[in-house]
Amino acid sequence: MKWTELVVFTLLFGVVTVLGFVAARWRAGSTLEHLDEWGLGGRKFGSWITWFLIGGDVYTAYTFVAVPALMFSAGAAGFFALPYTVILYPIVFLPLLRLWSVSRAHGYVTPADFVRGRYGSSTLALLIAITGIVATMPYIALQLVGLEAVLRTLGLNGTGIVGHLPLLIAFVILAVYTYQSGLRAPALIAFVKDILVYVVIIVAVVYLPIKLGGWSEIFGAADEKFKATPAPGDGILLNGNNQLQYATLALGSALALFLYPHSITGVLASRGRTVIKRNMSALPAYSLLLGLLALLGYVAIAAGTKPLTNNATGDPDTNTIIPNLFEQQFPSWFAGIAFAAIGIGALVPAAIMSIAAANLWTRNIYKEYIRRDATAQDEAKQAKLASLVVKFGAVAFILFIDPQFSIDLQLIGGVMILQTLPAVAIALYTRWFHVWGLIGGWIAGMGWGMVLLYNIPSADGKRAHFGASALRLGELNLFGWHPFAGSTLQIYVGIVALLANLLVAVVVTVAARRMRVFNGLDKTDPADYHVDEDDPKLRPVATH
Amino acid sequence: MAPPGKPVSGIRWSPWNLLLLVPLFMLITPIFNRTGPALLGMPFFYWFQFFGVAVGVAATTIVFVKTRDQPTTPPPRADSADLDVDDLDEGAGR
Repeated sequence: MKWTELVVFTLLFGVVTVLGFVAARWRAGSTLEHLDEWGLGGRKFGSWITWFLIGGDVYTAYTFVAVPALMFSAGAAGFFALPYTVILYPIVFLPLLRLWSVSRAHGYVTPADFVRGRYGSSTLALLIAITGIVATMPYIALQLVGLEAVLRTLGLNGTGIVGHLPLLIAFVILAVYTYQSGLRAPALIAFVKDILVYVVIIVAVVYLPIKLGGWSEIFGAADEKFKATPAPGDGILLNGNNQLQYATLALGSALALFLYPHSITGVLASRGRTVIKRNMSALPAYSLLLGLLALLGYVAIAAGTKPLTNNATGDPDTNTIIPNLFEQQFPSWFAGIAFAAIGIGALVPAAIMSIAAANLWTRNIYKEYIRRDATAQDEAKQAKLASLVVKFGAVAFILFIDPQFSIDLQLIGGVMILQTLPAVAIALYTRWFHVWGLIGGWIAGMGWGMVLLYNIPSADGKRAHFGASALRLGELNLFGWHPFAGSTLQIYVGIVALLANLLVAVVVTVAARRMRVFNGLDKTDPADYHVDEDDPKLRPVATH
Repeated sequence: MAPPGKPVSGIRWSPWNLLLLVPLFMLITPIFNRTGPALLGMPFFYWFQFFGVAVGVAATTIVFVKTRDQPTTPPPRADSADLDVDDLDEGAGR
């Protein structure tokens, strides 16, 4: 047991717990019994809160442990996180503004609400909602993986169910204050989380290279390690085969991120278009942080850090690389702060994700199919309960199923959420796609994406299925036809599936238009996509 | 619904928006997939992509500033008396 670290960690954890409960009264509206309030914090967050909230939301604890772990084991390929988060904001800049405006004008809480309004199809909205929930669940579970990596490094590395107990306690606390305070809780905690993370990373990237002899030493050590391994795909540069994968993974991830319901929740909670625009320029500060953090994977190589063995599974867990590096290199009080940064970093996204999933469940399944006459108050009550169910579902994932399964599912989740791009993002601009085209495209992209992922073995050959998201082009098989036979180039599965999705959507759309199939009713108006906060006709927040 | 008889543009376009495409150069890996020249001991591959962050910030900031104060397309009708407030772009009143 590492007592100093444990005490610092527990103290900071205590502080955010208090904040989580106090948050219910922070900038409170007239009621918490409305999804605009519980689920979107009153739709009034300004630039600063939004910056902390979205930053705390999309740069998760799992990112903090997994990206450096990937650099540690694979090298340059893990650095895709940087171009991904650089191209992200310019790509989503304009569509997010339209999504915010139309959602504000009509009171939409989820992306599926928008699809429902745009196409008048509860079936399409249901598909979008289910995709969102299924993609989000393993993501929450992964936050637990990040939190557990820290707890185990702290010495709470027990076996069996007892080994998971600290995690369970942390999550019960989180579940209770999220239930009570809604989105205000993670918004307030995000301040603490992000400040801690910034301090830790900046200290780490200044202090550790000085201690270890500078960046050239560190890159040298990494180069040596990769040259010594038999694996052909690693190295401090990309090779001929994985460059396309690097670029398509960055692009696919950038397109996918703001389709995730929890990212959209962060955006819809903001006060107006200007807040979003400012944040598109300010959020890349986190990209810089992520890039520096990724390099800590190489620092760990130079420092000779070894991954800790997870006593619950008996396998070495590369996700413990970063916590272990901090433990080795920092004085124990600062290591405690670093652990708290990662641990609290797990709580913020987990809370927002569970709120987003609960909103989807409530708005697009419960109200649509189970209780059509639900009042705003019923909706809030239902969403609060759903957020509990979602969180304990995620805990069950970790407790009873191999954590590897969550990692696989998260990989799948990225490919899945990308398949909602035509119905959510393209529909913001045009209603050209026919509703049946979108449904057909979704089925094609989803189905093919799953088949492709299923057939990819892991790099070390230990697992035959869902091993990675990189597809060898030579193995691409279109009903027996191999268009790139023999090619060893790799590409991100999500992009391939998205292309199939779009192709099917176009074909079905053309056919449906020929046959004059009814294309649903559009409740939105072109002007709705431009409304802003100071618009006198704007609907009031948290009424019906 | 849109007021009848008044054309409402669903898309507002500004040429400044094209700047948002610039950061996509980060996807062309052959440009930067090499070690030299190094900066502070960091191979080109790494510091070049850090430099990309600045380019991304510049692109979004310029587009924000340049499209902030005027509607990105002229309002559909010139006589402002019966101009619907929804037709004005954000920040127009500022």
